Amino acid sequence: MNATATTADLESMGSGYLVEGGRTLWSWLGTRDHKRIAILYTIAITAFFFMGGAAATLIRLTLIHPDGRLLSAETYNKTFTFHGVVMVWFFLIPSIPSTMGNFLVPIMIGARDMAFPRLNLFSWYLYMIGGLFTAATLVFGGVDTGWTFYTPFSTMFSNTNVILAVVGVFVVGFSTILTGMNLIVTTHMMRAPGMHWYRLPLFVWAMYATSVVMMLATPVLAMTLALIGLERLAGVGIFDPALGGDPILFQHFFWFYSHPAVYIMILPAMGVASELICNGVRRRIFGYKFMAWSMFGIAFIGFLVWGHHMFVAGQSMYAGIVFSMLSFVVAVPSAIKVFNWLATLYKGDIHFHAPMIYALGFVGLFTLGGMTGLFLAAVALDVNLTDTYFVVAHFHYIMVGGSVMAYLGGIHYWWPKATGRMYSENIARLAAILMFVGFNLTFFPQYILGYEGMPRRYHQYLPQFQELNVISSIGALILAVSYLMPLFYLGHSLFRGEPAGSNPWRATGLEWTIASPPPEHNFHETPVVTADPYDYRD
Amino acid sequence: MNASMPAAAVQQQFDDAPQQKEAAMLGMWAFIATEVLFFGVLFAAYVICRWRFQLAFVEGSSHLDFPMGTAETAILLTSGCLSAIALRQIQLNKARQSAVLLLAASLLGVAFLVLHGMEYHDEFKEGLIPGIRYVEKGPSAHEMELFFALYYVTTGFHSLHVLIGVVLLLIMALRTWRGSFCAPYHTPIEITGLYWSLVDIVWIFVYPAFYLVGSAG
Repeated sequence: MNATATTADLESMGSGYLVEGGRTLWSWLGTRDHKRIAILYTIAITAFFFMGGAAATLIRLTLIHPDGRLLSAETYNKTFTFHGVVMVWFFLIPSIPSTMGNFLVPIMIGARDMAFPRLNLFSWYLYMIGGLFTAATLVFGGVDTGWTFYTPFSTMFSNTNVILAVVGVFVVGFSTILTGMNLIVTTHMMRAPGMHWYRLPLFVWAMYATSVVMMLATPVLAMTLALIGLERLAGVGIFDPALGGDPILFQHFFWFYSHPAVYIMILPAMGVASELICNGVRRRIFGYKFMAWSMFGIAFIGFLVWGHHMFVAGQSMYAGIVFSMLSFVVAVPSAIKVFNWLATLYKGDIHFHAPMIYALGFVGLFTLGGMTGLFLAAVALDVNLTDTYFVVAHFHYIMVGGSVMAYLGGIHYWWPKATGRMYSENIARLAAILMFVGFNLTFFPQYILGYEGMPRRYHQYLPQFQELNVISSIGALILAVSYLMPLFYLGHSLFRGEPAGSNPWRATGLEWTIASPPPEHNFHETPVVTADPYDYRD
Repeated sequence: MNASMPAAAVQQQFDDAPQQKEAAMLGMWAFIATEVLFFGVLFAAYVICRWRFQLAFVEGSSHLDFPMGTAETAILLTSGCLSAIALRQIQLNKARQSAVLLLAASLLGVAFLVLHGMEYHDEFKEGLIPGIRYVEKGPSAHEMELFFALYYVTTGFHSLHVLIGVVLLLIMALRTWRGSFCAPYHTPIEITGLYWSLVDIVWIFVYPAFYLVGSAG
């Protein structure tokens, strides 16, 4: 791979945007460069990922023993709440859009920067302020409502720092909204000559569909959380049954955001996987237009299915039936994507480099998570499986098996572009495989546990569930190791990695036509696009 | 088009002024879409509560100051109209007139806030503020509390938007007076006007929902 690195590339090391904007701390904290902002996000998001991961480790350690002797019930509740809040809003939602989306979308469409660079930086500060509030809940004793903040517990009964947490999520919500707006406007207005819509890499389509969901769903969450805060502060009783308010209304509002939010997490992952798979098999994507529009199909239908979280919450039977059917419909565009990835791979010459292993892992785990989602969308089954570990396993397959695998695959794939250095491919492959094994070991037993009736969010359980819980905790340990490994070998590559050259993967796409790391304004002259994406010819 | 355009006004990431303007306009429209969803939560909650407690909402509404609400409506819509004329004036290169109109629009926004503050003050004296001072008794007192809760949250968030709009209009008035804008370049005035129209439109729904419902009884 280093054979392709020329002397010009060697000279470009430690160059590009990494030094061109200045080397001081302020040149980073005050930067308008979308690439530097992406790096700021990556650092912050990594920190939050490991904070949430530490909470997950505590949870799994507690569950090794049926009587939950490590954490008290109260601390256990606070731990899984912290894990959920941090992982959902401070890792998964911003993970791909704010890091890779920020870094790559302008380059992929041939632009010098995002449409609103200052707003972009402002979004990062909002993210950090929201993060400070959330971290502050830990200092003041935690929150015990779960990441869903269900009323009336969160408004009337919880004695913990709900307001602090709600403010944190409210603020980070606006960071999400502004990032989405920036990505939409950038994609519409900043495309280089010749880059018409059907020449966009699927990653850009994914970012666009994600941004639409971000902009239309997040404000609903913001207002709903504001109402929770106001109910605690000033007795605004919209969710208070004593006043005739409706706690179920909270669930409607919350899931009107939080179901689409799942698509904020998975659509970017689908975009990343498409890039990685095409490169790994060196082929065009199968059914480009279907791939592009199926993401919009998912984004659109995703707004109409929130009621499947409430089958046992007392909504009418007819609402349940309609929401159930609409939830089945989401599987259609999702299946189109999976089949098209498989068709792209079919009889191909697959290169198993680390990003490709992550991408293949993503497809498999996403499929399993999606299929079990269909179980849960069936009303009759869901009545039995609601609030069991089956649900926990299902959404971890989507969010961790899906989003996190794709996120890490993308990090590896574009690492040489962002840093100009190659990482150690063999260790990276080992980490990817370990992650796949550890993940399945952690979460597959939870399907069985849930099916057998183990409820979620309890810190104690019946002794007959211990065996599977121990397996799950061992898996979590392997998973933790595989998450820590990239910190070391990617960190090592920053200083000792071989120079990557501008196109180490021999990939197509505008980002591979410029130096690694890219210069401050990406392109010395505006590129003119004449070819379709994924124009692999070997 | 670019002849009288200040060179510094096109930021480096854009190719030319029209592209920059279109981007700003699209950004503001997208932002307005999120604002619609933001207020949409409150209107959805309103519809549900009003459906359940029709009489209590009528009674609650009759406690609100109808003439005051009407005056606020007139003031806000006039202000919106002035900001639209200000845009027209700058398109005709009449910067001074445009600046005066923007200032007037901003001052009407202040007048709206002052009237609304007086209204809140009166309601406080009457004990109509749930959670702070609520002295209403009677069979539907609880349901009326919901009405007032929605009223304060909705008008509160709306007033916050008015406040932001007032500040934006003041900045625009000042910059227009100093000659920052001209016929070829006035995007900030236009997107401020768009935002200000959103504030108007939200109020157009707030006014009947809270002030006019009382006359239904």
